[in-house]
Amino acid sequence: MSDLSRRKLITNGLAAAAGVSGLGVAAHLAEKYGLIPPDHGGIYGLGETLTYASQRLLTRHSFAREFSRSQISKPPLANEIAPFNDAFKRLQAGGFADWRLSVDGMVDRPASFSVAQLKSYPSRSQITELSCEEGWTYIAEWIGVPLSYVLDLVGTHPQARYVVYFSIEPDWWESIDMADAMHPQTFLTYGMNGDDLPLGNGGPLRLRLPRQLGYKSVKFITHLTVTDSLKKFGKGLGSASPEGGYAWYAGI
Amino acid sequence: MPTATVPSRHSYLVRVTHWITTLCFFALLVSGIEIVISHPRFYWGETGNVLTTPLFKLPIPSSRSLVPTGYGYVLPDQNGWSRYLHFQSAWIAVLTGLLYGISGLVTGHFRKDLLPAKADLSWRGVLTVIANHLRFKRPGAAEAWSYNVVQRLTYLLVIFVLFPLVIWTGLAMSPAFVSAFPATVTLLGGRQSARTLHFFISLALLLFLFVHVAMVALAGFRSRLRAMITGTTGSPTERI
Repeated sequence: MSDLSRRKLITNGLAAAAGVSGLGVAAHLAEKYGLIPPDHGGIYGLGETLTYASQRLLTRHSFAREFSRSQISKPPLANEIAPFNDAFKRLQAGGFADWRLSVDGMVDRPASFSVAQLKSYPSRSQITELSCEEGWTYIAEWIGVPLSYVLDLVGTHPQARYVVYFSIEPDWWESIDMADAMHPQTFLTYGMNGDDLPLGNGGPLRLRLPRQLGYKSVKFITHLTVTDSLKKFGKGLGSASPEGGYAWYAGI
Repeated sequence: MPTATVPSRHSYLVRVTHWITTLCFFALLVSGIEIVISHPRFYWGETGNVLTTPLFKLPIPSSRSLVPTGYGYVLPDQNGWSRYLHFQSAWIAVLTGLLYGISGLVTGHFRKDLLPAKADLSWRGVLTVIANHLRFKRPGAAEAWSYNVVQRLTYLLVIFVLFPLVIWTGLAMSPAFVSAFPATVTLLGGRQSARTLHFFISLALLLFLFVHVAMVALAGFRSRLRAMITGTTGSPTERI
């Protein structure tokens, strides 16, 4: 081996070692600052991680665009929903008076809220766009109580990192990080366009977050869990979406 | 014999970024078509859905039953992996494009190889090249080593206009990205306008691909392909 090729080998070796350790440091920092999505494994993990990390860095405090009342879509689109299950029909027969949202996990005071209780808290409204991953959109006024208000009521633990939320429909659940959970535009939504939230749009209660695509805004929610890890939920990919082939983070 | 002293037709970096971009382009094309199939209707303005009047519809079936297409069947839903693949390829394409763009500025690749000479930049010069193309006049040996004025203008258009526009209109559809940079979408006239523009710019890029491959085939497919893979052209100049 000539001196030249040996020197080249050493230089390349050092560069490779620096590259690998640089990546290691980057991965460690990303993990520490919560920039790694739960579905980071697999062949699409690279793109998914780059998207989540960059959008989390750029958009932590940004607000979804709000529109004027005249821009509200008439009539609002109600996407297809599966026939309601028996549990839903029983609650529907009672005018949803017995609908409960239970909140547990890493909280000081686990609690259960009726829709009437949620309506008694300071009400907020936003005129924002719902963007479906298919490409269509509509604008509506969404009325509800910010999720952060309810999370403050129950008192989340400092090590809490995610909020997992479940629909009354089986196998329909999602999760978001605390940045999205505490965001002022993330609502427990019970009203739309000045009225109760229609069933087709997720009534009586829908979690609505306008900075992500529509499929993260789960309809008919009955249960929230605050957690520091998504590993113990389902297949550990963060929500039902990655289990069905869709990205956990839907800010894009 | 002394082939080692002959300079490369295309630099190592140009060749590597060309083929990475090619792979990404096909991945973006296939996944993009799959995503469009889930809602093959296009609108103008901020909002658009099955209850609003489309600007135009593609005469194809859809992967969602909500969309009225006139077809009696619904295609299987492929949006999940298509979206994963679309954004992963977009990331790799953008990072590759940045590497190419920065190195192109540093090495003078844009100035030397793509910026047309002042003398060539006339209607007469452009029309001469087009006339030669229309007469299927094969390029001379010298042309295997540089681009003519129409090629230069086309590549500049693709690199500095179409690629930035397709990235911009793509980002304008991201609800999180536009929450931080709302002008990205408002300048385009709304989210549905961004989606429609994204579609047409992608069509323009596809048109470029067809013409590009056709021209390579007419100019000598094997030698041009070899030049972009190995850097050597196999043209007589090489053996001088």
